[in-house]
Amino acid sequence: MTEKRAGTPTSPHVALFVTCLVNLFRPSVGFAALKLLQDAGARVEVPLEQTCCGQPAYNSGDRTDAIAIARQVVETFERFDYVVAPSGSCAGMIKRHYPELLSDDPALASRAKALAAKTYELTSFLVEVLGVIGVDAQFPATVTYHDSCSSLRELNISDAPRRLLAGVDGLTLKEMDEREVCCGFGGAFAVKYPEISTTMAEAKIRNIAASGATCVLAADLGCLLHLAGRLSRDGSPITCRHVAEVLAGMTETPALGQPQKPE
Amino acid sequence: MSQAGQRRQSILSAVRTALGARPGDWAREEAIAERLRAHPRGTVPARTHQDEPALLDLFQTMLESQGSEVTRATTPEEAVEAIVADLRLHHLPLALRLGEDEVLRSLPWDAVPDIKLCFGAADGDDRAGLSRAVAAAAETGTLVLISGPDNPTTLAFLPESHTVLIHRVDIVPCYEDVFDRLRAIYGEGVLPRSVNLISGPSRTADIEQTIVRGAHGPKRLRVVILG
Amino acid sequence: MADASKAAPTLSFRESAAEALADQDLQRALLNVKRGFIAKRAKARDKLPEFAQLRDEAKAIKDHTLAHLDLYLDAYERKVIESGGKVHYAPTATDARDIVLRLCRDAGARLVTKGKSMVSEEIGLDDHLEAAGIEVAETDLGEHILQIRGDRPSHIIAPVIHLNKETIAADFTRAHKGLPPDRPLGTVPDLVAEARAVLREKFLGADVGITGANLLIAETGSSVIVTNEGNGDLTETLPVTHIVLASIEKLVPTLEDAATVLRLLARSATGQEITTYTTFATGPARVGDPDGPRAYHVVLLDNGRSAMLGSEFHDMLRCIRCGACLNHCPIYGAIGGHAYGSVYPGPMGAVLTPALYGIDQARDLPNASSFCGRCEEVCPMAIPLPALMRKWRERDFDRGNPPFQQRLALKGWAFLAKRPRLYHALSGLVMPALARLAGGDGRFRHFPLAGAWTGTRDLPAPEGETFQARYRKGHAKP
Repeated sequence: MTEKRAGTPTSPHVALFVTCLVNLFRPSVGFAALKLLQDAGARVEVPLEQTCCGQPAYNSGDRTDAIAIARQVVETFERFDYVVAPSGSCAGMIKRHYPELLSDDPALASRAKALAAKTYELTSFLVEVLGVIGVDAQFPATVTYHDSCSSLRELNISDAPRRLLAGVDGLTLKEMDEREVCCGFGGAFAVKYPEISTTMAEAKIRNIAASGATCVLAADLGCLLHLAGRLSRDGSPITCRHVAEVLAGMTETPALGQPQKPE
Repeated sequence: MSQAGQRRQSILSAVRTALGARPGDWAREEAIAERLRAHPRGTVPARTHQDEPALLDLFQTMLESQGSEVTRATTPEEAVEAIVADLRLHHLPLALRLGEDEVLRSLPWDAVPDIKLCFGAADGDDRAGLSRAVAAAAETGTLVLISGPDNPTTLAFLPESHTVLIHRVDIVPCYEDVFDRLRAIYGEGVLPRSVNLISGPSRTADIEQTIVRGAHGPKRLRVVILG
Repeated sequence: MADASKAAPTLSFRESAAEALADQDLQRALLNVKRGFIAKRAKARDKLPEFAQLRDEAKAIKDHTLAHLDLYLDAYERKVIESGGKVHYAPTATDARDIVLRLCRDAGARLVTKGKSMVSEEIGLDDHLEAAGIEVAETDLGEHILQIRGDRPSHIIAPVIHLNKETIAADFTRAHKGLPPDRPLGTVPDLVAEARAVLREKFLGADVGITGANLLIAETGSSVIVTNEGNGDLTETLPVTHIVLASIEKLVPTLEDAATVLRLLARSATGQEITTYTTFATGPARVGDPDGPRAYHVVLLDNGRSAMLGSEFHDMLRCIRCGACLNHCPIYGAIGGHAYGSVYPGPMGAVLTPALYGIDQARDLPNASSFCGRCEEVCPMAIPLPALMRKWRERDFDRGNPPFQQRLALKGWAFLAKRPRLYHALSGLVMPALARLAGGDGRFRHFPLAGAWTGTRDLPAPEGETFQARYRKGHAKP
């Protein structure tokens, strides 16, 4: 049973912004997000015309395409009360960058601002808007939580996921050192400068290992794919999951990059 | 136009063009004239808003944490004692180079007949220099020395040991108060050749991030607070 | 745009970065330096509750100054002249080199001492003077070591962290002539003591002293330098001629404005509350001064700054060269300063270098960033560094610079993203196929066209059906 604070909106109309990586690589995160939102009382819709938030184009300097994609997102999502994404990176793109990106067209700019104001990353939405205090889940493991740079610095999220994880039965959270340091994913950066990106992953992994955790959780699949990929290449037993899976009690699927069937 | 004039024109007109500035824009000219005239203060750290004894403690604490040795003296005699004791403590000869500073010259040196005082700019061979700071900012334990015959600048940099005398009443809370003091001496918009804000002995961490004193300037700084 | 000088970056970013990543000694040194500066800056910021407020004020001061730069330059120049100094305007690096050389020749200079000056490196001054037969002695300890090695700095505040004391001892033995070969050079204090003695001779024998300036103050016509060693002061006090080399955006209006910036500078750079020496120099020796230079010259350099004014990159002109962005940048922390191949490395260099030398020459710098945003977070002048790097990426993209494969992948992705039905149809086919390809393994160790990923990481396999496909099946459309 999802516990909630008093005085939070009843049955808000929420659109799930699935994100490319969740849609393509790990749909179970999307279903976990759906469950969490519905259990907290939201009416969730998944607009099927959605594709991408446009960040790859934006960060690569292809402003024209970024604008075109962003316009699409605004048109698709603006009719909802809220837009929620299981990703600090995509939520940050809409919230922090859309207003500037679409600033050339004043009408579109104000619509972008309106959309930005009601767009949220999943854990912060659950805690701050839906007032979720506790979830009904169990995950007996020692985990550490990786704050993505966009969650931390674009959206100022740090507390929300931890508050939710505190309610998960059997879960022990150990913080790692140098939490504020980037894991090295950075979107296209990971493939444009792979050696630097991997060196940064290794530094992050040393801190993860030193924390004593056997599982890494995060709210961003990009960081997780990158870390899981390096951990797997290293032959490390440390696994990676999206925080939504754990909070929704949907951890039957293998962790990222792990074999389908247990050995 | 001379080449120098052309170069000057080139930069200034490039700047004006970039800013879209038109000549004879009196609003702009007045804006800068006003700022220069009024020289408004920004935020001054709250640590400077304390009473004098607390500020004195702050001053001393900051100086010591930054590597200086500090002595308080209530009389000129005590000041001389402190200066001499410092030379002895650090196995330096009883010799000092100082400038024409009246306060320093009129200290009761006859209590130390063996002391050798030389006057003028440092020549590179002096081992100990003595200066007086005309002001100091308690904010960060910062002494303010000014160039001139009274306290030649080289005294603060060439000798391996530097002693600075400061009157307690010359210790002000913050940098801005120091600037007001300088304006009172030199006038608005005028400074002497050199104003040296000194907050400790010379140091470097360039090699293996290991801190070593006396990189080029003095290896040690003794501050004597008189008053 | 700046004229190309020896200081312009080469196209070897990737090779240099790879070398740096493989250098275990450098990696260890970088790690220590980085952690040290990060911790110290945080401590200094915590000890000053007014830090955020001062940051806002410093930004406002610089914005105001830049908006009136022509007027402040004029006011500054008048004050310098009033105090007995001279101002020389240098639109380009070539102009600056020529002016400084002429001033040195006019002074009959055989030996010049130098305080640390990034602008002097930017314009390639040392080589120019040496080619003209003038001996140049860098006096900052780190710069001196680099000079005798013919080496380049690996970090702007700690330029020789890539060297251990044994290496430096060997350099001193080789380069410091006329000293007993068996003298003690085993400890860091030994090395510093020798450098002190050797450079003392240079200080005392120099005809001209050249310094940079952290700030120029219009109110009084002063130049400000901040050092811990005192080498800047000896450089500007002992020789008969003092030359200040400073770029035009170093200006602030008043002494109070300087105080605001100075409160942020040392704290952001090294975590000190203030550097050991903060010196305001105004004009040459006055009548009766027993020491100090008889001639004081300021060379004001443009070299691309006026082109940045009012442009998309205007905010970069607020930079006070504290180095906080470098200290907190994970990329800089991984590869060090050499790899950037520029006088200005790290996040600030990623924005400034293309502005001075063009994006074509310097495209790796703004591209090699994960946009983690820490630089912007710690910048005392509130410069939006990631946004400015992104603007360079836009210019880079518009010029068709990114490699073909990258542009193709990007355009392909955007093409699909703008066509939802095609996107979903295609991904609906591809993702399950990929999942089947991975078999029960759950990951790919190799993947065609994804070598940049799988070279160093496994690629987790997709689950199979896309979210959209599964969702559509489970929910009727409204």
